[in-house]
Amino acid sequence: MEPVAGIRHVAILRSSHAHARITSIDTSKAEALPGVHGVVTGVDIASVTNPIPSAIRVPIKFYPIAVDKVRYVGEPVAVIAAIDRYVAEDAMELIEIEYESLPPVADPVLALEEGASLLHDDVGSNQVHHRTFKYGDPDAAFASADKIVKLDWRYPRYSSTPMETYGVVANFERQPDRYTIWSNFQGPFILHALMTGALGVPGNRLRLITAPHSGGSFGIKQAMFPYMVLLGACSKLLGCPLKWIEDRLEHLIGSSMAADRADKVEAAFSKDGELLGLRFDNIVNVGAFVRAPEPASVYRMHSASNGCYRVKNIFVENRLVVTNTTPIGLNRGYGGPQFYFALERVIEAGAKELGIDPAEIRRRNFIRADEFPYLAPAGATYDSGDYEAGLDQALDLAAYDDLKAAREKARAEGKLFGIGMAAGIEPSGSNMAYVTLAQTPEERAKAGGRSGGLGTATISVDPSGSVTVKTVSTPAGQGHQTVAAQVVADALGMRPDQIDVITEVDTLTSAWSLASGNYANRFSSVVIGTIAETAEKVAKKIKLIAAENLEVAPEDIELVGGEARVVGVPEQALPIRRVASQTHWHPAGLPEGMEPGLFETTIMNPPMLDAPDDQDRVGSAVTFGYVFDLAAVEIDRTTGEIEIVKYVSVHDVGNVLNGLVVEGQIYGGFAHGIAGALLEEFVYDAGANPQAGTFADYLCITAPEVPEVTVGHFNTPSPHNTLGAKGMGDGSSMLAPTAIANAAADALGTYEIELPLTLNKTWAKANGQEYHRAGATRAKVGEGPREAGAVEGGLTGEGSVELSAPPAVVWEMLLDPDALASVVPGCEKLEQVGEDSFTAEVVIGVAGIKGVYSAAIDLKDKIEPQSVRLVGKASGGLGFGEGEGRVTLEDLGNGKTKLSYSYRANVGGKVAAVGQRMLGTVTKLLIGQFFRGFERRLKSGGDDGGSSGNPGFFRRMFGGGS
Amino acid sequence: MLRIKPDQKQRVTVTVNGKAVSGYAEPRMLLTDFLRHELGMYGTHVGCEHGVCGACTAIIDGAATRSCLRYAVQCDGLEIQTVEGLADADGTLNTLQKAFNENGALQCGFCTAGILMSSTKFLQENPKPNDDEIRDMLSGHICRCTGYTQIVRAIRQASGQ
Amino acid sequence: MKPVAFEYCRPDTVEEALDLLKEFGSDASIISGGLSLGAMLNMRLVRPKALIDINGLGELADIKAGDATIRTGTLIRQAGAMEMPVLMSGVPLLAKALPYVGHYQIRSRGTLGGSVAHADPSAEIPLTLVTLSGAVTLRSPGGSREVPAREFFQGLLTTDRRADELVTGLTWPIRRDLTGYAFEELAQRHGDFAITAVAAEATVAGDGSIADVSFGLGGVEDRPFVATTAGFVGKPATAATASDIANTIAETVDPMVDLQANADYRRQLVRVLGARVLTAAFNDATGQQEAA
Repeated sequence: MEPVAGIRHVAILRSSHAHARITSIDTSKAEALPGVHGVVTGVDIASVTNPIPSAIRVPIKFYPIAVDKVRYVGEPVAVIAAIDRYVAEDAMELIEIEYESLPPVADPVLALEEGASLLHDDVGSNQVHHRTFKYGDPDAAFASADKIVKLDWRYPRYSSTPMETYGVVANFERQPDRYTIWSNFQGPFILHALMTGALGVPGNRLRLITAPHSGGSFGIKQAMFPYMVLLGACSKLLGCPLKWIEDRLEHLIGSSMAADRADKVEAAFSKDGELLGLRFDNIVNVGAFVRAPEPASVYRMHSASNGCYRVKNIFVENRLVVTNTTPIGLNRGYGGPQFYFALERVIEAGAKELGIDPAEIRRRNFIRADEFPYLAPAGATYDSGDYEAGLDQALDLAAYDDLKAAREKARAEGKLFGIGMAAGIEPSGSNMAYVTLAQTPEERAKAGGRSGGLGTATISVDPSGSVTVKTVSTPAGQGHQTVAAQVVADALGMRPDQIDVITEVDTLTSAWSLASGNYANRFSSVVIGTIAETAEKVAKKIKLIAAENLEVAPEDIELVGGEARVVGVPEQALPIRRVASQTHWHPAGLPEGMEPGLFETTIMNPPMLDAPDDQDRVGSAVTFGYVFDLAAVEIDRTTGEIEIVKYVSVHDVGNVLNGLVVEGQIYGGFAHGIAGALLEEFVYDAGANPQAGTFADYLCITAPEVPEVTVGHFNTPSPHNTLGAKGMGDGSSMLAPTAIANAAADALGTYEIELPLTLNKTWAKANGQEYHRAGATRAKVGEGPREAGAVEGGLTGEGSVELSAPPAVVWEMLLDPDALASVVPGCEKLEQVGEDSFTAEVVIGVAGIKGVYSAAIDLKDKIEPQSVRLVGKASGGLGFGEGEGRVTLEDLGNGKTKLSYSYRANVGGKVAAVGQRMLGTVTKLLIGQFFRGFERRLKSGGDDGGSSGNPGFFRRMFGGGS
Repeated sequence: MLRIKPDQKQRVTVTVNGKAVSGYAEPRMLLTDFLRHELGMYGTHVGCEHGVCGACTAIIDGAATRSCLRYAVQCDGLEIQTVEGLADADGTLNTLQKAFNENGALQCGFCTAGILMSSTKFLQENPKPNDDEIRDMLSGHICRCTGYTQIVRAIRQASGQ
Repeated sequence: MKPVAFEYCRPDTVEEALDLLKEFGSDASIISGGLSLGAMLNMRLVRPKALIDINGLGELADIKAGDATIRTGTLIRQAGAMEMPVLMSGVPLLAKALPYVGHYQIRSRGTLGGSVAHADPSAEIPLTLVTLSGAVTLRSPGGSREVPAREFFQGLLTTDRRADELVTGLTWPIRRDLTGYAFEELAQRHGDFAITAVAAEATVAGDGSIADVSFGLGGVEDRPFVATTAGFVGKPATAATASDIANTIAETVDPMVDLQANADYRRQLVRVLGARVLTAAFNDATGQQEAA
């Protein structure tokens, strides 16, 4: 769809390298392709934009495209504009880039090691943020504890992958310079300021127009703002409007993901189970850049670090680490899943260690119903709640005693059966200032105050009495229009279908502010309250006018059935449209001093959203919902299959505004949580190459994998907004991963649980085996950092073959270019370019999936005729490979040699991201072909019909014997 | 035998929701792009372009199948049913759509077009499916919003169960 | 994610298709259902000069039942096959395997022959054909040949098909008396590529011993294959023997490693699923004996 004429279509060339210096980019062939309008590179963008800042003051220059260095696979490198996307993709393949590889690091703990490859030289470290926080007296609490429980784990990286990808149309116009950008951006519009800063224009010269609703977001569409800057700048450089629709492969490697974490937690308990203190040690892998609003993910739950509990003594240490992975950002539950994976597992571990029922230990520590509003140690004010009631309802719905009996029975039969729980509060309606916790109180004081989370709404009633509500809530399926129409209709005595709700944002015409947008469950915690207040203003004005016309007091007027009528005298009534009409047609007839027209706008700031104090306490959110989840699982020891026998989820969302919408959010959040628990993970390999680049590798949960869930409700209305509603929507997306992990821990008798609990991983765990995903690399959990460069998994292999020639002959052949050329699979050309250096052109692939690669091979550490190390790299259209192999020869006598080999390869680019399933097999296949060819050649004396065989050479080699 | 050169634009005529429509396509043009950008029918959504997500599912030549894995030139002369054909001309939703609406079976709606088309064909073949059969059919679709529960309910309701 | 430019060819006869294969050789891609090929084209992993669309070749959508075999044309859709009583009752293993193929929306378009020609190591239809000792018919301008399925699959996405050949049909041995069939697989999600798929055909003698057993494995190595089980002929057709067979074979396989599973786990699934499937096949056969 084209909002402006003359659009060109964009394809974005992305880095296939995780970490490399760009030594040259040649776009000439691409630009010469018919249909191509132009190509823009990072250097061009840097010449017309400023780097995009974040709340962390470190010297990182974040441009929306790589300038001199690439730092993650998927980072934009060039933008191509053409008559259509097909031609743009053709041109993309014609851009020639030379990279100088740098050592990559994907794991945050490895990235913190001494000598780790640095992403940003100017920072001098991969640790870009470090703060500690102390509330109460944690040291004393731990000193007085009867029991201290400590857990150490990794939390995986995943994303809610909205079904609709990013889409941007950007148009730059001159005189005055103005950018107009249409997109499915979701806010927060605080990012508008970052975009104008990057583009170097005042706010009113960057007009953002968002779609009225978009095809899912779950936070992910926040992270498209750098692309909006990129497309805007490209429109300026190329002099035409541009359209870019992200494709799924781009989305899976280059959009945004929730943070993976390397965290520890410690909990101090008294012997009767009182939670005395907590220590959180969080290491956040933010990816290659700190993209705003990061570091917010680790601070969103911060002011509620006590969870549902009365614990006062809390220590938090946060470290943010940059790695060669895609930058992280908002994703459903934002920081919540990771936080509860710490808190709710350590509580359950504490219960086990103390011999207290996990439900009981929670009950003992819950904030009590009569303690609300409750001021949490780190500054949040919990508005309302009754956590124990939620617990009781969940236990009741789960028939907890029966479930425990079932567990005993199953265990007696030798089965792996476990029960797990998780309780959590759901902060909603964010204080824009909580991100500034990343700064010290001194830095904050210097920067000036920050607070708030403004809600805005406009209601207009036209001369015909039609009502239009304008809210800047950019919904993505959360039913904002439905709920807003219902609330306004109730206030005005009309039917919901008579109310039009406009949800799109146009920053030139909408009443918007920094907090506008769709995130942090802010619709029902803040926005709808603002709409309700606006509707009340309109209702009040209608009543005033009607009262004067009907000659009664305004208090005696009610709005019902489209009329303003006198209470108790229904025949004495005026149609609301008549009243509305009067405000437009006959202002002079309005009550004394009343403004004409019927428009009301409300801009409201929830008063509890103040700036952080000098003790780092902040009221981070407006409402605090509550979720209690309980899961029972049975694990098949022989296959690792997890059957979710029972799942109960109880919610306090305050007053329910629309039951169907609430129910849909609960089911949806639950599915995301189960997906995180069992299926979804963005895996990076040893070379920081993403391994889950397609929907066949990134396993989104589908209908058969979602278990049945019993949902329970109880409501404690929030005093923090006019409707008593609380934000909701994150729900079980935050708690299901932990509830399932706790149930699995109970079944398996271990606290060491890592998500996702895939079949292989669970089977290995159930049988006491070590398991690492193929290709996954990282430091070991629980034993401190490993030696630098150590990898687990990766594309590695070893083997040996027996060859029918003595070592000396094998050795010569190994080192002979002609011989090698004839046995290297797919070798088209092989040249010796130095004493121990070769270049080659090889066609590698299977079936129709073939690519031509240019390869360079160096021989090192030669010990004739015993061993040699081969170091090589290859690059081509489908990706690149770098590898190292070691070959040793052993004389077996009788003219035979045992050749042993081992290799380690790093394969990147498209072939790694989308062909992961086949990589290992292809590597094995090629190596097998190589040695089979080798053996054939040795047996035949080199005359096996190899394309560049040299019989003379082999005759010489075999002493003329063949 | 039909042969179309790589850069040759071929006139392609399809019957979409009972109406013959034509446009031009090079051999490599995906049916999804043809429907959306050549015919201006944006009801068929594109979620992955590699046949996994199911958003683009349409009923093509009587089979509920992926339109991102078809090329427009392959479909010349075929009948295609898309989501635009489900409701009455005056916008009245059909039974299945109504059931989706009443059960909250869609949130963002992006995957819905494909799911409706699969379900339409599925219910013709299996008018009284049980929940397991519905979930089996749905496994060919990814919905990120609903968690599927309300979709299963809606399809069951539409089947009169 | 758009394919490279290619010529589109839609032959009306097999002869025309073969002429095109002669003209383009390995620069052509043959499309039937296109469920795997379409994705690879869109990702530009496959970059053909010509796309040969064989969907117009009605002659390849036929089914012929003989005394000992059923021959299915390459173009029969997977969902269509499930609705063919002759095929489903004649080849019960295929009937058991087909519901595992992809999803409803994949089977509606995917073809029997396309799956075989694509040769994914986890695919159900190739595994079934191999387990049953079926055959693949190939035609080239030079003529026609039939290749035993066990020789046809040569590796990952690699078959015995030459670039000038077209897979025109599959030959399925019809069910034998006193013979049981079973199929099972495990994937991380419903409808995904199987981590391991297991198929079995077992004939049980009157004394309850194994007269013949074929134990097929998919997703384990780079092609579907039948394990060597000759040593178990004559042993009692019991769950214990089934476990013995599965455990023995598990030690001999050389499994693939990928994101979903390592070699140990694939071996474990050979044990667990293998024991289940062999037991089910034995029981199926024994049940027929009792009925007779």
